[in-house]
Amino acid sequence: MSNVIEALDIRKVYQMGEVQVEALRGVSFTIQRGEVVAIMGPSGSGKSTLMNTLGCLDRPTSGEYVLDGETVASLNDDQLADIRNRKVGFVFQSFNLLSRQTAITNVELPLRYSSNLNGRRERAMDALKAVGLEDRMTHRPYELSGGQQQRVAIARAIVNNPAIIMADEPTGNLDSKVGKEIMNLLLNLNRESGTTLIIITHDPVVAEQTQRVIRLRDGLLDGAP
Amino acid sequence: MTLAQAFFEALESLNGNKLRSGLTVLGIVIGVAAVIAMLAVGRGAEESITGSISGIGTNLLFVFRGGQDQSIRNTRPLTLADAEAIADPFAAPSVEAVAPILQANREISYGGERTTVEVNGVTPAYFPVRNYELTEGEFINEEHLLGRASVVLIGPEAADTLFGRHEGITGETIRIDGQPFRILGVLASKGGGAFGSEDNRVIIPFSTAQARLIRRSTRDQVDVLLVQAVSGDAVLMATEEISQILRQRHRTPVGADDFTVFTQQDLLATFQSITGILTIFLGGIAGISLLVGGIGIMNIMLVSVTERTREIGLRKALGARRRDILIQFLTESSLLSLIGGIIGILFGWLISFAVGQIAVASGTAFTPVVGLDAVTLATLFSAAVGLFFGIYPANRAASLEPVEALRYE
Repeated sequence: MSNVIEALDIRKVYQMGEVQVEALRGVSFTIQRGEVVAIMGPSGSGKSTLMNTLGCLDRPTSGEYVLDGETVASLNDDQLADIRNRKVGFVFQSFNLLSRQTAITNVELPLRYSSNLNGRRERAMDALKAVGLEDRMTHRPYELSGGQQQRVAIARAIVNNPAIIMADEPTGNLDSKVGKEIMNLLLNLNRESGTTLIIITHDPVVAEQTQRVIRLRDGLLDGAP
Repeated sequence: MTLAQAFFEALESLNGNKLRSGLTVLGIVIGVAAVIAMLAVGRGAEESITGSISGIGTNLLFVFRGGQDQSIRNTRPLTLADAEAIADPFAAPSVEAVAPILQANREISYGGERTTVEVNGVTPAYFPVRNYELTEGEFINEEHLLGRASVVLIGPEAADTLFGRHEGITGETIRIDGQPFRILGVLASKGGGAFGSEDNRVIIPFSTAQARLIRRSTRDQVDVLLVQAVSGDAVLMATEEISQILRQRHRTPVGADDFTVFTQQDLLATFQSITGILTIFLGGIAGISLLVGGIGIMNIMLVSVTERTREIGLRKALGARRRDILIQFLTESSLLSLIGGIIGILFGWLISFAVGQIAVASGTAFTPVVGLDAVTLATLFSAAVGLFFGIYPANRAASLEPVEALRYE
């Protein structure tokens, strides 16, 4: 099995006014292709920073980061955007759907910024089928329940066949029953397509369902010296 | 992201905020409409003025006896022979027609009414050259000329003075300096021209005037030669040709012409430059309102960018490049101004039309003209306004950091 993520001594320093804040202080780990990993940690532990870095939303201040064979740390903004488009599927706590657009248009959104424009509608339909919303394609977000909205978001995450899915508290805004369904959906997708799944959470119930938990504390991996 | 997609997304987004988009568009509508209307009024004024000059004929030249310099003595009068020489198409190819005129003020009377008017003795060539029309009767023709007929064409104002009307008087007989003349027809009104009223006059055959009313010392003398050039552009050439012919015939020394050729072109050029300045001035003022409309676009786009920070963050997270976001917002602002531009053009045309109607109702013949160039200018300018005032907000949107934009509440 190959590594889809290789992080080596990743550091991230923020300048907050006069004060320098070290959000990540040298984090190293690898994640294998097809793995399901939870990233846990109390707030302020650098969890979000790590997710932003792994999701190519931000560059580390120093350190090596290789995502699916591509070195990310030195890329410019547009190259990062391209990597995000091709390799990362995001699932957010608050769904982040475009409220005026239909489900299918929302799912299509990553494809609009993709260089591969062929069969956009069909691929979006397939993704919606995969999350069990084939009968809700033309509904708008406000016509859908929270769970359904998150399913649309998951469809949007998988539509471009990414290397990893980054789910940031995917069940945080849902009740436990719906949350469980969403977790099952994510795990099923992982089993069926082998897409690496990274879940940022502070919910132990969610973390239990993953194969491995990466714990962060004060910008370092828990247990690291 | 293709431009077509950007266009439809922009349309959807603007549609989602109808009132706000509408008000922003209104700013541009007013600006563009003002520009169109002002340019149309300016153009209308120009055409109205040049039209009244063209009523006399822009391709007309007047040839008088006497030089521009008073010191030139022993001037020879113009004669019918001069007229014929100028009418020769080989000697003066730029000349279309020549109409010799004798003119004098004479008293005309009918019944107890009498008045002094300008009497013109003309040849049949005169009428097409001056674009005269009749409200009744017929023009003077060659037979009248040959027979020295006692016939007269009467201007509507002169007719009103004598008859109290200018209709149904053909066939009546009036007296000019006591001699009876039968009214052959009534001239259509030309209104006040650059040389006083054209309507208070009577026209008789040249030969009749020569023999019986306006006697001149030299044989076949002519007071004015009215020359029509083949076109407005040929006036300069015609001036040159006429001068050459007359210099030769009158044997004048170089630089001492004993005649003057006067054209309408200089007058026209002056009027055109005046109305041109007027148009630019009005258009400039209207342009300011377009500028204000553009600032409205910038304002609303800035609000829109702030409101949609999360959306921008999301789009960036999903792979939108800087350029994609830039295009998205520029398309929206351009679309706002373009829609405003199109409605503004229609609206401006409507205003111009209304101004024209008001002018007609108040008795001024004045028609604003919405030119294609004004429409093109307004369209391009409004699109440019949208782009220009959209650049700053769009750039702001495109520069947002995805991480921070996603966190924005």
